[in-house]
Amino acid sequence: MTLTDPTATTAAPAHPTPRTDHQPSATAAPAGAPAIEARGLVRRFGDNVAVDHLDLTVPRGGVYGVLGPNGAGKTTTIRMLATLAIPDAGEARLLGLDVVRDADAVRARVSLTGQFASLDEDLTGDENLVLIGLLLGLGRRAARARSVELIAAFGLAEATDRQVKHYSGGMRRRLDIAASLVVTPDVLFLDEPTTGLDPRSRNQVWDIVRALVAGGTTVLLTTQYLDEADQLADRIAVIDHGRVIAEGTPAELKASVGGGTLHVRVVDPDQRFAAVRVLAESLGVDVEVGADPTAVTARIDDAERVGHALIALGAAGIAVGDLELGRPSLDEVFLALTDRSATPTEPGRPTHPVDLTGSATTDPIDHTDPTDHTDPTDRTDPMIREEAPK
Amino acid sequence: MTSTTIETDAEPAPLEPARTGPHAPRGLVHDAWVLARRGLIHMKREPEQLSDATIQPIMFVVLFAYVFGGAIQVPGYEGVPTARVYREFLMGGIIAQTLVFTAFGAAMSLANDQKNQAIDRFRSLPIARGAVLGGYAVANILKTMLPIALMSITGYLIGWRIRSGLADALLAYGLMIAFAFAMIWVGMLLGAVVGSPEGVTGLAFATIFPLTFLASTFVPTAQMPGVVRTIAEWNPVTTLSDSLRELFGNPNTPVQPGDPWSIAHPVAYTCIWIVVIVAVCAPLAIRAYNRKNVA
Repeated sequence: MTLTDPTATTAAPAHPTPRTDHQPSATAAPAGAPAIEARGLVRRFGDNVAVDHLDLTVPRGGVYGVLGPNGAGKTTTIRMLATLAIPDAGEARLLGLDVVRDADAVRARVSLTGQFASLDEDLTGDENLVLIGLLLGLGRRAARARSVELIAAFGLAEATDRQVKHYSGGMRRRLDIAASLVVTPDVLFLDEPTTGLDPRSRNQVWDIVRALVAGGTTVLLTTQYLDEADQLADRIAVIDHGRVIAEGTPAELKASVGGGTLHVRVVDPDQRFAAVRVLAESLGVDVEVGADPTAVTARIDDAERVGHALIALGAAGIAVGDLELGRPSLDEVFLALTDRSATPTEPGRPTHPVDLTGSATTDPIDHTDPTDHTDPTDRTDPMIREEAPK
Repeated sequence: MTSTTIETDAEPAPLEPARTGPHAPRGLVHDAWVLARRGLIHMKREPEQLSDATIQPIMFVVLFAYVFGGAIQVPGYEGVPTARVYREFLMGGIIAQTLVFTAFGAAMSLANDQKNQAIDRFRSLPIARGAVLGGYAVANILKTMLPIALMSITGYLIGWRIRSGLADALLAYGLMIAFAFAMIWVGMLLGAVVGSPEGVTGLAFATIFPLTFLASTFVPTAQMPGVVRTIAEWNPVTTLSDSLRELFGNPNTPVQPGDPWSIAHPVAYTCIWIVVIVAVCAPLAIRAYNRKNVA
């Protein structure tokens, strides 16, 4: 099969084109290299260090989530990895290819769907996809055929001849992702692919991601939504202030903040502080109160103690109206990690990523003494937010 | 993957993986042409944006021919009815001015593209370096054919004639396109450096617009005072206007013994400018564009 074969994209639907069919290019990707390998990446904008000696290793296959608050450096990192920005220091390799020196070879294997649809608004959906197909070296017929295929797969058939500027946000995003798949990339970057989408469109994007991964593509996705990372990602890096502050599987990340959270609501608000005292004693951890005058929350390391704590509450004559034992959500992980890295003077702030796969020495909550916080309002919400345990 | 379907609004279809891995790059000419066609689709979709290439040139020909026509005397043509001489004199100048303005259109298309994010997509594709700007250049050259044709027709209707031979006339049209090509690169450098449509408008009006008046565009340089005359005599807009007049056999200020080299050899002088402008502006524009988008 030659690369210019116009039937290449449509032929033999039952047999996905094997990768080995392709002629190796001048700069062949070294076999066995990880999908992404970044070492000491730095990118400055004036005095602002957007990415600060960032290290990242993304294995091939699956979804890798990059999680972080606004301004954490997610987009800048992704742009450097996708050859759209040049690092000020450090180096990054995609499939073993250097993003600066082998930029063209990287571009041939990588697609990026940015935060804002990078489509030509005046062109129709079909014209956008055909244009990209032609630029990627497909013949006219092959480019048209691929466009038809993608438009059908992404449910845009009724909008194929409509100008993109008349598309809804969800349609635009789907077309933008489709544009990244005209030639199926080995690595796909999705920068906040569902930001601003309604839940239905969001689910559609998630399905697309899952289908891609099933096809062998490595997806690196940035998101601010923890449930998105939880739903999709096999591994997650949490980024804040341009650095990776934690890395691991979602389960490892959750385990890193302790066993879970115990939420108790007392019947009588007057008994709340008595409940705090009893729980603190029997659990041996800090207990916090929430905005709800009956709510008490404790982070627990050892679920076995919960039973004893409840018995102690009963013995103290405190009536419990509602009880909930939650595994920590990624929200809690995220807030715990980013909250800590946001207070640089705080003792115990890690200068290296937390080793989540190691022993329990890095439980971040243990380092967080509530009294260290000068702003009390900053304190209450992260741990005791109303939450739906995942 | 073949059994994987994607849930969507419309009838879902299975998504086949396309060919993966390295593809065959087609080179600068192919990529630029593909992108040029995109520019042409834009023009087709937004015909009102073509007004600078259609209505404006026609309007200028008619306005200048009838408003200034009687007032400006072309030296060397005393005795012939002033208005008739001026209409033929005007054509070379007004075509030159319109060609200079092509820089503005090129700058705007580049600035607009940077405002929306389409550029990111092109940047992340493994396409030939310079293909995006090359595409704009080709699209804008094709767009330039429109005012050239319309002005020729309008000129004919008000009495302008090609009074030279076929070879000279073809050379004149070739010179127009070559000059437009140079101005397009000026525009793209402007668009790549400035980046915003508002900035482009401001800068273009402050620089390009006066440049077209400090020339023999509408008034023979012989009637200009000292310094202004010197500037005008070396201004390539003057020599382009004079070249077109000469090549079409239209009225032009006769060359005097003391005139500078540029006035004595307008075609050669204009060609030198074209080569220099392209040689300087094209690499700078591509560099500025790439740098700006690798931010």
